Amino acid sequence: MKNIWAIYKKEIKAYFASPIAYVVITVFLVLVGFFFYSLIWWFNAQSVQMARNPYYFQQMNINQMVYSPLFHNISIILLLMIPLLTMRLFSEEKKINTDELLYTSPLSISQIILGKYLASLFVLVVMLLLTGILSIFIFAYGNPEFVPLLNGYLGLFLMGAAFIAAGIFFSSLTENQIVSAILTFGVLLLFWILNWASYSAGGIWKSVLNYLSIFQHFDDLTKGILDTTDIVYYVSFALFGLFLTHSVIQSRRWR
Amino acid sequence: MIEVEHLTKKYGDLMAIRDLSFKVERGNIWGLLGPNAAGKTTTMRILTGYLPATDGKARVAGFDVFEQPNEVKKIIGYLPENVPLYPDMTVHSFLSFVAEIKQIPSAKRKEAVEKAIEISGLESVRGRLIRNISRGFKQRVGIAQCLIHDPQVLVLDEPTIGLDPAQIIEIRKLITSLKGEHTIILSTHILAEVTQTCDGVVIINEGLLMASGSLEELTASFSQNEGIFLKLKKGGEETSLLLKSIPGVDQVAREDDGFTLEWARGKDIRDDITKFIVEKDLGLVEMRPLAMNIEDLYLRVISGGVEQ
Repeated sequence: MKNIWAIYKKEIKAYFASPIAYVVITVFLVLVGFFFYSLIWWFNAQSVQMARNPYYFQQMNINQMVYSPLFHNISIILLLMIPLLTMRLFSEEKKINTDELLYTSPLSISQIILGKYLASLFVLVVMLLLTGILSIFIFAYGNPEFVPLLNGYLGLFLMGAAFIAAGIFFSSLTENQIVSAILTFGVLLLFWILNWASYSAGGIWKSVLNYLSIFQHFDDLTKGILDTTDIVYYVSFALFGLFLTHSVIQSRRWR
Repeated sequence: MIEVEHLTKKYGDLMAIRDLSFKVERGNIWGLLGPNAAGKTTTMRILTGYLPATDGKARVAGFDVFEQPNEVKKIIGYLPENVPLYPDMTVHSFLSFVAEIKQIPSAKRKEAVEKAIEISGLESVRGRLIRNISRGFKQRVGIAQCLIHDPQVLVLDEPTIGLDPAQIIEIRKLITSLKGEHTIILSTHILAEVTQTCDGVVIINEGLLMASGSLEELTASFSQNEGIFLKLKKGGEETSLLLKSIPGVDQVAREDDGFTLEWARGKDIRDDITKFIVEKDLGLVEMRPLAMNIEDLYLRVISGGVEQ
């Protein structure tokens, strides 16, 4: 545990001592803020229109009309941002030879991976928590439901955690950070749109592709449906990514 | 302290080291010599647990490097050829991080960092970012990080590379001062470094062990004769003939400013020679043993000299 903590602290310092974390968090928040503003503006316009008809006005739901699309937008921004957050984790160590220091210290490979993983998760949590500021306004002036909101955030966190695991894996494959980021982005996007292929597929393939698609699982969570299948999916995705990272590092050294 | 038995490492089809065996006793400094790509770095990486071997055994302080890697890593300090440094950290925070991953208990960590800074002469740059310090200081930070947990064994891959002459002397002094408490194995290209700091050498070429032993042992096994250099007031052919007449002397050669006398290894006839010079009143100016220097030794071994 102490060893994981040492690596974790080092990575946190690396994120916040360099511009990486600040740039990623700022750009993320600006984009989220923009989407939030647009959605609220649209919601307002709709409310004014619907106010004329009491039945339709009853149907207005801020969770579905603002939060659900907002979470989808955030997930796309994460898809673009997380590869940038994870690309240096192992690539850089290799490039500047510090991997030799880590692997000749009494640390296990799992401890190194977990320390790095938790540090990236921390940055993700900071990003998501900061978007919470926007909700203060909604709670002040509206009456959204709290549980679906939490579900949505849980979805974003789980999805981000899965993305980070994929990012770490690609970072362990190459010492070139750009290559690592592009591979992470490409593969995540592919998993994202896997359900498109399911439209044309039939039989078992349809359900397999649907199950593997990142989007499909996220959609449920933003609608406020908490299904263990989705949680299991993201957790296994993350664990599998970390397991592959471990195997890559182990096998590199044995080759 | 360090035992290597039949160590072999293959990278795909490439044999980096082949059937390498040697031993280093506790408290000694040994040099690992060989031309580029001889397998020095590979050997060190295996000893420090960075790379696994394809075959063979390596033990450090009784622990098997492959079976008990964590035990070995705790008692070994390693300075790789390319010093592993985080450019965005300050010297102090880097050493604190290393102290932590080397598992120094938190109560002793501060003290360990301070000691490493003091020993390596880093006081003046402790608060500076590593990216901004000179090559010499970077090398010293590398030495500080491998000393920080006071390891029993130090593995130094070309510790003086890239340093200026004054720094080289300083680092050599530092290494020599660590002798006794620490067992050290260092690789180098500078042969003079070996004679100045090492007790013994392991010479490898193309992954094969060419020779290993203490410097005296190796010199002895590679030259059949012992000899001395003499500088006399009376030079010339006549003196040369006179010297040849000393019983036991096999060879006399005239040099620019004196003579070299050689005789079969094992006998010590230096006493007889001195007496002879005094008797014949040849005027002794200088007399010193003719040692085979490390350059000769190295070249003879590498060029396919006798295997030991």
